Amino acid sequence: MDLVVQIMFGVTGLLILGAAFMVVSVRNIIHAALWLITCFFGIAMLYLLLQAEFLAIVQILLYIGAVAVLVLFAVMLTRQIDDPDEPVLFQRWRSTLLITAILFAAVLVPTIYNHNWLIFADPQPAFAGPRELGFAFMNAYLLPFQIAAVLLLAALVGAIIIAMEDQEQRRVRVLTLAEEVALRGEREPSPPTRPANPQPASSSSNPTPPPAPEQAGEGA
Amino acid sequence: MYDNYVFLGLFLIAAISFPVLPLIVARLIRPKRPTPIKQSTYECGLEVIGDFHVQFKIQYYLYALAFVIFDIEVVFLYPWAVAYPELGMPALFAMLIFLAILAFSLVYDWRKGALEWI
Amino acid sequence: MISAVPLEWVLILASGLFCVGLFGALSRRHAVSMLMGIELMLNAVNINLVAFWRYTQPDEVGGMIFALFVIVVAAAEAAVGLAMAIAIYRTWQTVNVDSVDSLRG
Repeated sequence: MDLVVQIMFGVTGLLILGAAFMVVSVRNIIHAALWLITCFFGIAMLYLLLQAEFLAIVQILLYIGAVAVLVLFAVMLTRQIDDPDEPVLFQRWRSTLLITAILFAAVLVPTIYNHNWLIFADPQPAFAGPRELGFAFMNAYLLPFQIAAVLLLAALVGAIIIAMEDQEQRRVRVLTLAEEVALRGEREPSPPTRPANPQPASSSSNPTPPPAPEQAGEGA
Repeated sequence: MYDNYVFLGLFLIAAISFPVLPLIVARLIRPKRPTPIKQSTYECGLEVIGDFHVQFKIQYYLYALAFVIFDIEVVFLYPWAVAYPELGMPALFAMLIFLAILAFSLVYDWRKGALEWI
Repeated sequence: MISAVPLEWVLILASGLFCVGLFGALSRRHAVSMLMGIELMLNAVNINLVAFWRYTQPDEVGGMIFALFVIVVAAAEAAVGLAMAIAIYRTWQTVNVDSVDSLRG
């Protein structure tokens, strides 16, 4: 029985680590997102092995159901024609790899092995199912439960404000001071054109009031 | 204590082999004579226009955000519902406050026009 | 699980996942890829929490609730972070985080 559990743990760990390596190393970002889903699924299996059944279900429901869908939609919304010569990693990736490898081999593993963990000698079979969790949410953890709702409210309102596009007028990049000065200098001879921007800085040179009120009335 | 998962594992193996096995068998026994017509992308019988790198609309992401609200509600509602018969009335009020806070973000979503398909 | 697999193995698995996620978050240029690395790191922390709950305090629900809140906060973080990636793409027409440098002095 022990050997079966050890084999299951080994397979799950290899699945998790292999999928994580693929997430950070694969070139196509859609493939990276799919490997991320594989990694989440392996972690749900690990939770099942650790007898946290409800957490395994939550992992599948929230990570694979919600976070992975958000990631895939964000990838589709920001996809551009990638040319194969452009690097997917920074220039500094070798030093980053060195630092993380040293962190793992020289700091984390010796710390884990040298510390004396207080483990029960005779562990009873644990069960923390949804009923116990519901009791905890309604008694000891009532305040964190409500604060989580407030946090989610703030996060979702912020995400909508950030992600939503103004229908009337696309938001123009805020100019830096140097660009502003350069723009002022060359405004007299000719109207400025900035080919790098999709919408040039014309709105900053002759500002128009935003048509906010009637647009808000339509939305409701 | 993992006895219950034996059936789950058998079920997983069966579920994976159900689509994979016919594909392998079909790959082994089918003839393979590709032509350019056969290999072209099928799009409802029409000619394929443009690249597949199209820009999707932001509305997809806003709908996904609304879905996240409901998903998290389900995660918290389930243990509450299991424990509810023994908890009684105060738990109902606590959960109503929680749902009201989360429903406020949905109302904001709606008023802002994020749920409209443009 | 407790008698078969020692706690150290689970902790080493989680720290390996954390280091892989750290590498991804520090070295990928694509903004969404960086967020994927951060998600991996959060998952590694969660594995630690569940492992400590199971091995040291299996008769209380505190560890599981902590992990549950971490998952919920990670969902909120992903929503805001990916919205920022989309906003960056809309304004700069790129998602490579090293080309977004207009605040550089």
